[in-house]
Amino acid sequence: MNLDGIALWMTPFKARPIALAGICVLLAVVLAAVFAPWLAPYDPYAIHPAIRLLPPHAGHWFGTDQFGRDTLSRAIYSARMALLIGSGVVFFALITGIPIGVFSALFPRLGHVLMRAVDVLMAFPSLLLALGLIVILGPSVANAIIAIGAGYMTTTTRIIYGLTLRLRAETYVEASRSMGAGTNWLVIRHILPNLVSPLLVQASFVFAFAQLGAASLDFLGLGAPPEIPSWGNMLAESRTFITRAPWLLFFPGSMIVFTAFSLNLVGDALRDRLDPRLRDVFRGEA
Amino acid sequence: MSTPTILEIRDLKSSFSVRRSGRKYRVNAVDGVSFSLNQGEVLGLVGESGCGKTTVGRSIIRLLEPDSGSVNFKGSAVLTAGGAALRALRMNIRMVFQDPYASLNPRRSIGDSVAEAGDINRLFRGRAERASSIAATLTAVGLDPSFATRYPHELSGGQRQRVGIARSILPAPDVIIADEPVSALDVSVQAQVLNLLMDLREQLGLSIIFISHDLAVVGQISDRISVMYMGRIVESAAVRTILDDPRHPYTRALISAVPKPDPSRRITGAIETGEPPSQFNRPTGCAYAGRCSMAVGRCFVEVPRLRPLGQEDRLAACHLL
Amino acid sequence: MLSVRDLTVSTGPDTAPTDIVSNVSFDVGKGEILGLVGESGCGKSLTSLAIMGLLPQPGPRIRAGHVMLAGTEVTRLQPWERVDAGQGRIAMIFQEPMTSLNPVRRIGDQIAEAVAVSEGISGAAAMARARELIELVRIPDAALQLSAYPHQLSGGMRQRVMIAIALACRPQILIADEPTTALDVTIQIQILGLLRDLCNRFEMSILFITHDMGVIAQLTDRVVVMYAGRIVETAAVDALFEHPGHHYTCALMDCMPARNLGARRLPTIPGQAPPPGSFAASCAFAPRCTAARHACRVSLPPRLRLSEEHETLCAFPLEVGSRK
Repeated sequence: MNLDGIALWMTPFKARPIALAGICVLLAVVLAAVFAPWLAPYDPYAIHPAIRLLPPHAGHWFGTDQFGRDTLSRAIYSARMALLIGSGVVFFALITGIPIGVFSALFPRLGHVLMRAVDVLMAFPSLLLALGLIVILGPSVANAIIAIGAGYMTTTTRIIYGLTLRLRAETYVEASRSMGAGTNWLVIRHILPNLVSPLLVQASFVFAFAQLGAASLDFLGLGAPPEIPSWGNMLAESRTFITRAPWLLFFPGSMIVFTAFSLNLVGDALRDRLDPRLRDVFRGEA
Repeated sequence: MSTPTILEIRDLKSSFSVRRSGRKYRVNAVDGVSFSLNQGEVLGLVGESGCGKTTVGRSIIRLLEPDSGSVNFKGSAVLTAGGAALRALRMNIRMVFQDPYASLNPRRSIGDSVAEAGDINRLFRGRAERASSIAATLTAVGLDPSFATRYPHELSGGQRQRVGIARSILPAPDVIIADEPVSALDVSVQAQVLNLLMDLREQLGLSIIFISHDLAVVGQISDRISVMYMGRIVESAAVRTILDDPRHPYTRALISAVPKPDPSRRITGAIETGEPPSQFNRPTGCAYAGRCSMAVGRCFVEVPRLRPLGQEDRLAACHLL
Repeated sequence: MLSVRDLTVSTGPDTAPTDIVSNVSFDVGKGEILGLVGESGCGKSLTSLAIMGLLPQPGPRIRAGHVMLAGTEVTRLQPWERVDAGQGRIAMIFQEPMTSLNPVRRIGDQIAEAVAVSEGISGAAAMARARELIELVRIPDAALQLSAYPHQLSGGMRQRVMIAIALACRPQILIADEPTTALDVTIQIQILGLLRDLCNRFEMSILFITHDMGVIAQLTDRVVVMYAGRIVETAAVDALFEHPGHHYTCALMDCMPARNLGARRLPTIPGQAPPPGSFAASCAFAPRCTAARHACRVSLPPRLRLSEEHETLCAFPLEVGSRK
């Protein structure tokens, strides 16, 4: 894609400045995750009992927790966990959703059976499903990714299934078949490339909801181990001190809200970008 | 005609099932069609919507698997071919599609779309050969070779249709099935694309099955015409024979219904010629009998067979001829 | 009956508008069928929407010009305002009847609704009138078809239903935007005959928009040819076909297969139609015109009167008798 393409992609963001704010927040989160050791003013693990439960002030902008650890530093390091879980879940959803969705659409008989199985999974509320899977698998970061990912695999599969069904009926796919293209060729050259854009939008939403899911699991103590800083863990620990030290709740909570919200905004803007472009691309000039 | 027959279709039947209001119906889109295509000729397959002409085209190259019948291409059976043999056949019988906007993948460059048949069958030995083949083909259809790096949304309808034609001649086939190739184009662009097809036919020695609902276009480009109605061929003859002296009642109705660009020959007052019967509820006997002014009892009972008419080089399916 | 003067429809910012329809003027007399012909992108549909007050908001807007319906200026009025002003007796039918009819309501109800809006009656009286209208458009088994849904009818039948709905307001003028383009030829001829009959019976004027010169020849009394947003020729239908004045009209007719039966190659118009608004100060057809001269490329062509009722937008029109 050339520079024109990039400029074209920026239009929905320019149209809605709040989406630009969303991108900035996300950029901040990524930077925080990458440059955590340099950005964080203190070691997130270091315990200083003398300064425990201090409200936000000059030396500690987000205050300190019950062990005297700096909340700001912990919040910054938590960005890493957030990104890890988010990308892990998206990756899992795609890696399972794409094969199942495409396969089901191209081979209808087996596809119907598979999609009914997916329907069964979809019937579970995603948090309950995640909880159930974590109990079976045991709490750990990797299992948390699988447990949360299973829930979003279902929606991703459905979307890909519907899209592939539609793409399969496109005239250019027929044209390929008429020239002797086999299923492999159709999938690689025609179907997958056309799935990229809708999946990009879907990915941003999944990333957002993965944060919420991960935070919930961490809050219940079933996700990341409590030593590793994550916003959910911080929330869990802050429960006991909610009246004495509300800042312990406020800052991690806001981080979760901002991140998820920004992801939603970016996803919306991406989707707006896609629909008119699809219209232009498919229909030429009006 | 001493020219050899290159494509022979015998008693082709094709159907597909449709869901309407929750019930499943079987639509017999092609109900026993037989014809032959001679080397180097253009056969026009003409009819209105629902007559099965598009399904015939798709059944020949097995985009839709026919239920019964036979298709012979240069002596080899198409319907029973498998694997490599089928791929080879599909290289030799190519299709041009109607909608220039839908027949090209919007995410692939023009060059990639044009070379697709070659890529699928791994014809090109190296990128240089591929690039020069693409350039030569684009030039052959009247487009500048620089179009190879552009994308469909940058091209007009007429240009896209040229790309569709380019795609179908790389590598050069023996037969092209053109499914309404100019119906979606403006009149001035239609003329350009029709000229292109006629030029390519001469240059490459193509035989063409030209499917269309537009009698004027078919009359311009074809050597012979077969008229279809409700899944069957009702009349078949040389183009001038059919257009100047149509015999089958449907052919006559069709020709007289085409609005002629000549105000001195106007139809005054209304003509009611009825509607085609529902595809889900085919009548017994001749499908046209319900609208035919000459129909007699036999027409509603027995399906007329397509047979030669006297001494002329003409086939017609009507009890009264 | 309908008078359009210098209608200009533009898009883009107010400071630098792009005219996609510019200075369109024509009249439709009482009981006359005027054909508006042009290829895709020439602006004919947009013109009809502008006349009806149906331009999509936001979108292109009328920048200048007047539309007069039976003597009353309606240019800036929204459709409902026109009804209130007593000038609502104009109706429109479109190309795709499936999208103009509500798929979940019976057609009888839809026609009765149109009747109710324009005549103020309802219930059984409206339904009775709906039945009259269905019979008027020659749908067989009228009583039965009143309770049919659109998807149960064929394309030709649905188009007749749309005509019935249009007739509900007893229009003085009907605008038909490519109503038969999507229909088979044998059905098209019935619809054209129906329209001609209705025109004769009710002295209803029709503005018939199409790209098909054959239909123009068969149905219309006078013709207006559009190219790149401008009217390039206006003439009676016989005059247009016998001696077209504008080079585009002549070239368009020449490249029709129907006029070239038996020829080896078809004459063509080289190149393609320009996007509207790209030739604001010169002749839009000049790049493709075989008779173009320098003057054509640098200045707007004048509107020349070739004879009574025959005008063309060309500095060097074809002479009468110069066609083969």
